[in-house]
Amino acid sequence: MAFLEVKGIRKSFGNTEVLKGIDFDINQGEVLSIIGSSGSGKTTLLRCLNYLETADEGQVYLNGDVIFDAKTIKKESQETIRTHSLNFGMVFQQFNLFPQYTALENVMLAPNQMIPQVLKAKKKEIKLQYKDLPFFKRMKKVTTEVLKYRKYLLDANKETAKELLARVGLKDKMKNYPCELSGGQCQRVAIARALAMRPNILCFDEPTSALDPELTGEVLKVIKELKETTNSTMIIVTHEMEFAKHVSDKVIFMANGVVEEVGTPRQVFDHPKSEKTIAFLKKAVEDTEYEDIRIEEDV
Amino acid sequence: MTITFSQVLIQLLQGFGTTCLLFALTLVMALPLGLIISFGSMSKFKPLKILTKVFIWIIRGAPLMLQVIIVFYVPGLVFNSPMKSRLTAVVIAFVINYACYFSEIFRAGIESISHGQYEAGKVLGMTKSQIFFKVILKQVIKRTVPPMSNEITTLVKDTALARVIMVGEVIKAAQDITAVYGIIWPLFFTGVFYLIFVGILTLVFGAIEKKLSYFKA
Repeated sequence: MAFLEVKGIRKSFGNTEVLKGIDFDINQGEVLSIIGSSGSGKTTLLRCLNYLETADEGQVYLNGDVIFDAKTIKKESQETIRTHSLNFGMVFQQFNLFPQYTALENVMLAPNQMIPQVLKAKKKEIKLQYKDLPFFKRMKKVTTEVLKYRKYLLDANKETAKELLARVGLKDKMKNYPCELSGGQCQRVAIARALAMRPNILCFDEPTSALDPELTGEVLKVIKELKETTNSTMIIVTHEMEFAKHVSDKVIFMANGVVEEVGTPRQVFDHPKSEKTIAFLKKAVEDTEYEDIRIEEDV
Repeated sequence: MTITFSQVLIQLLQGFGTTCLLFALTLVMALPLGLIISFGSMSKFKPLKILTKVFIWIIRGAPLMLQVIIVFYVPGLVFNSPMKSRLTAVVIAFVINYACYFSEIFRAGIESISHGQYEAGKVLGMTKSQIFFKVILKQVIKRTVPPMSNEITTLVKDTALARVIMVGEVIKAAQDITAVYGIIWPLFFTGVFYLIFVGILTLVFGAIEKKLSYFKA
């Protein structure tokens, strides 16, 4: 049984059917790249997985458990959907950092929002522990203990955030605001921010498309390191063919809302079977060559 | 009968006290009410949205002076329970009127925030209210400071409308002096009060803008 199984995902916007029944699966620790021309539905697929769009049909299974079913999703509570959606992390094309917070605060914000819930449970536990004390003494004890635990949680989140920022190479930029960072640095903060919620699967939606060419390298390097050091399961929608070829365990080529071809990078890039894949890859190669020529001319 | 400059000043200051009180009460209540009305005008629940829009249309469409008169006289004429305090009537009319103007500023601010900010919060597992209060609100405040300073400056001068139901704000105080002593200069002198007040507000808004300039949104 695969770690993540996606079955028959369909999604329409008005009369246009963007996803026409998508099936795929990945194992834990695998990196899946989704390639394909603009408008083929790659981003929509990722957004459906992250509950940013609701698929019209289909199911998603994680470790065999249903975490999304188009038939029952309307009846699910916000709370359940939120818990399920936390299985996925998302890195956006436009970073979407929170501009009023520093890099460190951006990473800590979401984990810190979870603290009140944890404290509520802890408070009950502590209350039971001191149930023999008289009322006022007990209240005092409980309050100090809860505050102590709160501080401990806040400190722990801060430590984790620092570690994550160090991991993406931004140890010296923690106190900077997004407007003081380059695009590449912003995207690396966004990666750290997504990791802070410990998602099972990290999704990247064209993570380098909004970056200047000289900045794409640093972001791709971070993603590659994530694969090598933490064995993270990742889904990457990308136009960087070379990168997809080297970092992925599995590649999906999408065209017009269907999975046209799926396989290992070697199968898809070096021995494509579908006509559409061949045409797409040929065009991608031509584009890169054209860029190379232009660069040479500039020099 | 004569009156000294310091006596005039004291009477005008008393009137200006009422002006300031009316200004402060209106501001403190109209800001949160405006935010609530802006939620109504952006609601996905159609009837509420239409109702709010019609309400905003009526309030923005009728003169504030007329609204003050209506709030003061209608309870007595129609429901047989006259308004006890003139100031209360003015405050009610002002709060409702300004809340509607503020609500449109808030709506513009909230709708101008990129959708990506909500999505980023959502994929990080934040609830709708957490996203609004922790992520969106500060950006909205930053964006709405310039139009807000416009509205609030107008509010300072609109307080003069209170005298239509004989609330003793600063211009009423000056007119009373004119009526009794036959001198007109105190009326002109009230302009100084307004200018100083607006001058201070301008400095305050400048400081707020500067304080929020550490980030770009």
